[in-house]
Formats: sequence, C-alpha cells, structure tokens
Amino acid sequence: MKRPLYHYLTIGIVLLYLVVPLLGTFVYSFATQWHKTILPEGLTFHWYQDLFGDVQFLQSLGRSLILSFGATALSLVIMVPAIFSIVVYAPKLEKFIQSLIVMTYAMPGVIIAVGLIRAYSNSGISMVLVTIGAYFVAILPYMYQGTRNSLRNIHAVSLMEAAQILGASQITAFKKVILPNIMSGILVSSLLSFSILFGEFVLVNLLVGGSFETIQVYLYQKLNQSGHIASAIVVCYFFLICILSAIIVKVTRTKKETV
Amino acid sequence: MRRMNGMLVASLIPFSVIVLLFLFVPLFFMIYGSFQGDGGTGFTFKQYAEIFQNAYYHQAFKNSILISFLSSVIAIVLAVFATYSITLFPKKIQDRILVFANLTSNFAGIPLAFAFIVLLGNSGLFTLIFRHFGWNTLSSFNVYSWSGLVLIYVYFQIPLAVMLLYPVYQGIQIQWKEAASLLGASSSQFWLRIGLPVIMPSIAGTLSILFANAMGAYASAYALTGSTYNLVTIRIGALTAGDIFAKPELGSAIATLLGLTLVVAMLINEWLSRKVRRDLS
Repeated sequence: MKRPLYHYLTIGIVLLYLVVPLLGTFVYSFATQWHKTILPEGLTFHWYQDLFGDVQFLQSLGRSLILSFGATALSLVIMVPAIFSIVVYAPKLEKFIQSLIVMTYAMPGVIIAVGLIRAYSNSGISMVLVTIGAYFVAILPYMYQGTRNSLRNIHAVSLMEAAQILGASQITAFKKVILPNIMSGILVSSLLSFSILFGEFVLVNLLVGGSFETIQVYLYQKLNQSGHIASAIVVCYFFLICILSAIIVKVTRTKKETV
Repeated sequence: MRRMNGMLVASLIPFSVIVLLFLFVPLFFMIYGSFQGDGGTGFTFKQYAEIFQNAYYHQAFKNSILISFLSSVIAIVLAVFATYSITLFPKKIQDRILVFANLTSNFAGIPLAFAFIVLLGNSGLFTLIFRHFGWNTLSSFNVYSWSGLVLIYVYFQIPLAVMLLYPVYQGIQIQWKEAASLLGASSSQFWLRIGLPVIMPSIAGTLSILFANAMGAYASAYALTGSTYNLVTIRIGALTAGDIFAKPELGSAIATLLGLTLVVAMLINEWLSRKVRRDLS
C-alpha cells in the first residue's frame, strides 16, 4: 500500500515529541558538565555511582517497592477472588464494580488524599497502611479489566460447572482450574498496576510525605540539588518501566498464541 | 432458591470493607468537611461562599480549565492525524508504536517535569543550542511558566489520546472506503462526509477523558513550580497538606467542586459513547 509522505510526518512529529525529552534526560545523566556548550563536555558514570552509593536512594527504592508490591499483592489476594465471584456467581454486581471504577476516575489522587487525611490522619492508623489502601482502590480499574477479560476468554462459568460436576469443590475448582488459566492475564494487570503505583507521587507525598520517602519523593528532593543525579534516577525509573512493559508484551503475546 | 454461595460471600466481604474504608469513607469525610467552618466545627456554606467570592480561587479554576482544555485539544488534534497514519502501517509496526505509547503514558509526573527542565530549563539543552546560534525566540520562553506547563501537559496527553483513538479507527471499515470510492468520492470527501461523522462522538468522548485527566493532574505542576502556580489541584494540595497555610475545610470544598467537574466530564463521555453505539447498530 502506498503511503503519502505526510503519514510519516504526523507519526514522526508525535514520536519526536515523545522521544526527545527521554533522550535529553538520558544523555544528561551521563554528562560531566553541560552548562555552556552545545554538547556535554565529557561523559561519565559518576552520577550512577553516586546514586547507587547513596543509602537514602536505596532505602527510598525499597519503600517504593514495599508500597507498590504490597498494594498489588493485596489486590491479588482480595480483589481477584472477589471479581471472580462476581463475574461467575453474581454478574448483576458487575454494574456496581463499574460504577466504583467511574468513581475512582472522578477522584484522582489529590481529591482522595483530602478525604483520607480528614478521615484517618488523627485516628492513630498508620498513614502508610492508609496509602496502601488507597493504592488498592487506585488499581481497581486495571485489575478488574484484566481479571474479567481473562475469565470471559476461558468461559469461567462453564469451566466451574464442569469442574464441580466432576466432583471438585468450589475452592478446588477455583484453585486448580480457573487460576492457572487466568494466570497470565492477572500477571499482566498486576505488572501494569505495579508500574503505575511505582510512579505514584501525589498520594504518597500528601499522605506520608517526608516521613516515608519513596523514590518519587526522593527524586523531587533531588531536583533542586543535582540535575545530573535526578536525571540518573529518571533513567533508572524509565528503564524499570521498560522491563515491566517488555514482560507485559511478552506474556500477552504468548497468551494470544496459545489461545 | 440457590444455596448460599460461600465463596461469593467470603470474597466479597474483605473487598467491600477495603473499598468502603478507602473510597467511600474518605469521600464522605471530604464532603462533610467541605460544609464545616475553619477548624472543623459547625455546619456552614462559608467555604463554598469563599471560593465563589475569592478571585484567587476563580483564577485557579480558570487556569486549570484553560490548561486542561488547551492541552487536550492540542493532543487530540495531533493524535487524530497521527493515529490514523499509524493504522495505515503494517500490524507489526502498529503494535510497536502502541507499546511505545503505553510506555510513555507511564512517563508522567515528576520524572516528566524534570525531563522538560533538562531540555528547556535555564541551562537546558535547547536553551543552550538556541543561545549558541543567537536565536532569541527562546529567550522569552520560560519552562517554569504557563507555556512550559502546556508542553508538559500535552506530552502526557498524547499517548493517552493515541491509545484511546486507536480502537476507534479500527471501527472504520475498509469496505466503507471502497464503497465510497467506487461511488466516486475522493479520500477527503469520504472523511468529511462519512469517516469524521462516525468517529466524531468518540473523539469528543476522548476529549472529555483527556480534559478530566488534565484537571486532576498535580505532580508535574508541583515539580515545576512548587506551590506557586495557581492550579486547582495545587491549591487543594497546599490547603490540605499541613503547612502554615493549611485550611483543610476550604481544601475539601475545592476538592468537592473539582470532583463534580470530573463527574460531569465522565458523564459527557458516557453519553457520547452511547451515542456512537446507537448510530452504528
């Protein structure tokens, strides 16, 4: 098929717009000095050495992992079975979940944070736990979408019936028949949720702020101190998203091939 | 009568408890707080009256609405053309571009704001290049201001717009185009008379999602200008998160109004998407 030049142009403009900031940050993170000249005066790994030698960085990385992993794991244990039950046994409740999802869209971080602070800041409950709870709600749309689609693809309702007719209990049927079949779909939505939470700043900054410094808060503080180190963090962060996305793409592809 | 379903009950209870605690309870406290006086006492409309009377908060809403609208329109215009172009390429390339769009859609907030500082800040790459060649077009440009913010907002809107519009173009059937061209319509006539009217509701729906997305954005502007730039979300953050100017009740009232704005945007999208389906069936 012949494509006029302007189709390359439109895609080119958009890709360029998306790539240039990434590229600039990437080069900046390896530059020794870059204040006066067009090109950096020299290249170095210095900033990365500094970064990974900084205990504060490693700690904040750890905290980010705890929060994102904690919330994702919690939703795997609690949300996936709930969505399964609703899809299989009480499809009428799907409307309810969908309105919950619209609610989460209408209440982005900054709004939900206001309510959470009013509700829990003086209650003695750890705000870190509150953040995990808020994260649980925030990833509901992605987990629901992924789980429901996987369940539909494998015709979960008939699978459950078949397993139970053959004598499996409800729990056994869920564990041995349904779970292995929806695993890849759930993995994809978990990775997606994880990467979204890993980049989350608003809630964690407003709810716990400096007292539980995550990687995003650490980055925010480094912005005004050292541009080079900040860009090294951004590069590492983007690298992590790339790895997660690569896994997501790979899992989705093998799933499509096997179905 | 079906017997009580053990699994349904056992799995729904913890799920409902968490959703109740972290979605409905905060929502209630926010709305309740917005009707309280300073210090959390009594019942009053004072906070809302303050928002409607104080020019500072008018400006915050005006700025937020303007930047959200502007960035959404720019992003959707770019995405309408680029996404259509994408659909003309082989499937493999389409998939790659979509993965890339998905990837960059994760690149938002603080990291994104920083990337633009690297490019356009006081000693940013482009600033240096332009200075080197003596071009003065950038000397009046300031990334820490309105124009810088627009660039950043456009950046995080584009991937979202592309991902939302991509399935819309899949709905345009190749046969329609063939039929139109057999009947003598040119490509531009096809788009003007058939293509565009079919996808228009979806474009408008996407626009409303982008608008809501930008209205709720906080981190980029915060990273760029701290609490100084007057946006609704920045005001909410500053009023709520306990610095010396904290007025959480007023913050709650503004957050409630922002939430209502987003609900309206969502309803518009809902209404438009229903319109699409009716037209096509």
